[in-house]
Amino acid sequence: MSEFSPLWISIKTAFTATFIVFFIGIAAAWFMAGYKGRARGILDGILTLPMVLPPTVLGFILLMIIGKNYPIGKLLNGFGITLIFTWYATVIAATVVSFPLMYRTCVGAFRQIDVNVLNAARTLGASEWKIFWKVAVPLAWPGIAAGTVLSFARALGEFGATMMIAGSIPGKTETIPIAIYFAVLAGENGNAIKWVILIFIISLGVMVFSDKWAEKQTFLVSSARRK
Amino acid sequence: MALEVNITKKLPGFELRVEFKAEDDILGFLGASGSGKSMTLRCIAGIVTPDTGRIVLNGRVLFDLENKINIPIRERKVGFLFQNYALFPNMIVEQNIGFGLPKNISKDEKKYKIQKKIIDLQLNGMEKRYPYQLSGGQQQRVALARVLVVDPEIILLDEPFSALDEHLRNNMIIQLKEDLLKFKGTSIFVTHNMEEAYQLCENIIIIKSGSIDSAGHKDDIFNKPPTLYSAKLTGCKNISKAKKIENNIIEAVDWKCRITFNSEIENDITYLGIRAHYLEISEEYETINTFNFWVVFTTETLFRTKVYLKSNEPIENEKEYDIMWDISKEEWDIIKNKSLPLRIKINPDKVIQMTSTLHGK
Repeated sequence: MSEFSPLWISIKTAFTATFIVFFIGIAAAWFMAGYKGRARGILDGILTLPMVLPPTVLGFILLMIIGKNYPIGKLLNGFGITLIFTWYATVIAATVVSFPLMYRTCVGAFRQIDVNVLNAARTLGASEWKIFWKVAVPLAWPGIAAGTVLSFARALGEFGATMMIAGSIPGKTETIPIAIYFAVLAGENGNAIKWVILIFIISLGVMVFSDKWAEKQTFLVSSARRK
Repeated sequence: MALEVNITKKLPGFELRVEFKAEDDILGFLGASGSGKSMTLRCIAGIVTPDTGRIVLNGRVLFDLENKINIPIRERKVGFLFQNYALFPNMIVEQNIGFGLPKNISKDEKKYKIQKKIIDLQLNGMEKRYPYQLSGGQQQRVALARVLVVDPEIILLDEPFSALDEHLRNNMIIQLKEDLLKFKGTSIFVTHNMEEAYQLCENIIIIKSGSIDSAGHKDDIFNKPPTLYSAKLTGCKNISKAKKIENNIIEAVDWKCRITFNSEIENDITYLGIRAHYLEISEEYETINTFNFWVVFTTETLFRTKVYLKSNEPIENEKEYDIMWDISKEEWDIIKNKSLPLRIKINPDKVIQMTSTLHGK
């Protein structure tokens, strides 16, 4: 079991992070797609920042948030919650780095929807909630699907920030990328190659599968959209 | 039952400033593109918020700046037919039509209402189709069914024919008029096409750069456009500056002729106009209101010939003309063999008298 533990940890982390990012990414994107206020540029920049910042910077910032010696970390510690150097930290790191990919792709998809279609729904008396679920999400679905796949791939490959806030605790926080790094560091190239091949297979498999899936989604929507 | 609008809205390039009332019939908004017609509709629907003013629909205040009332779009009960119809591309026809129906009605009732609209708008057999599988005309009827099924208090139509091929339009206009007449409420129809406005509407408001240029019954607007702009917009091709000479005589300066009217003329007439097809060839014995014209050049359209004429003096420039005459090809074939100058009659009953005090250009 422990021999394969990085695999399970990686998969569990990537799926959990993607699950979280799926919802908050869509919500943030829908909000920002309709937001016309003055802070638009700043907000958009902040939400995209994790994509452009070096992972170590991100890791450092996260460390200052959840670290035991910092206010929030201390507060949580008071409630008996420790995040730093636990599996939750790997999820937090993966979530933060993959969020912008989901967010960006979804904003683009939402902005492509004809405003008249959304306004038509409003004049027909529909609530914003109904418009979101019945009109916006179905029409943006190809973008949402693409964003989900990108986020999953990014979450699976996360290394830098995870290293800084989750460390490399075998059986707890050691994901495949981290296992590869330490294997190489220890001169165990054979071990490293084993993980490289595994992650190769997983990534390729997910991409091929999701590509087929996204293609089908795109076909459904674009054929419905075609005039 | 009526709509009262009195709003202003700053737009890039000009300010929208409109005030009008609409009764329970079809009102037309006629204006060039970018004149603010569509923006007015958007303000009524609540898609755009005006800067100042008040909108009242059937006694219900939809917008009032002073009392800080701005009813959200979904509560306004305003049906909006978009230029591109804005159907939900991810839904089949019956889902599109049923989209606006409230949750609290039973499934059977919902089904019944959708079915009724499908029959009313002749969409039988289309129920399971997606919008992309429909023709432009069918899409328009689905959009109308979707609007009508929720019983709006007013229907706003934003250039509904501009996306359609020319040969489809005529039937569609007749069809749409029938459908709108069944609707007991106000409809506002926005267009830049005078033919459409004339066929579909009872009353017409002409909008020019955000302001109302003229308003009235369509027959008045088309037969006696009160302003220079409304004359041009309703297709009057011949316009001349005017100078009053006597009580019933006006000199049309650009045409270089004096026209005698049967009744006294207002003092503030500054322009005269005559539609190109109202010019006539005069009989030999007529002398009053007949003038000598020389043919400068002619152009041909499908069934008509446009003859460009110059009055009284010999032709110097090949493209310079005073007045244009629109005549059927058959008639022109007879007339073109006559010797110049042609004796042309300008019938004073057909002459449009305009004041430029409003919005001359």
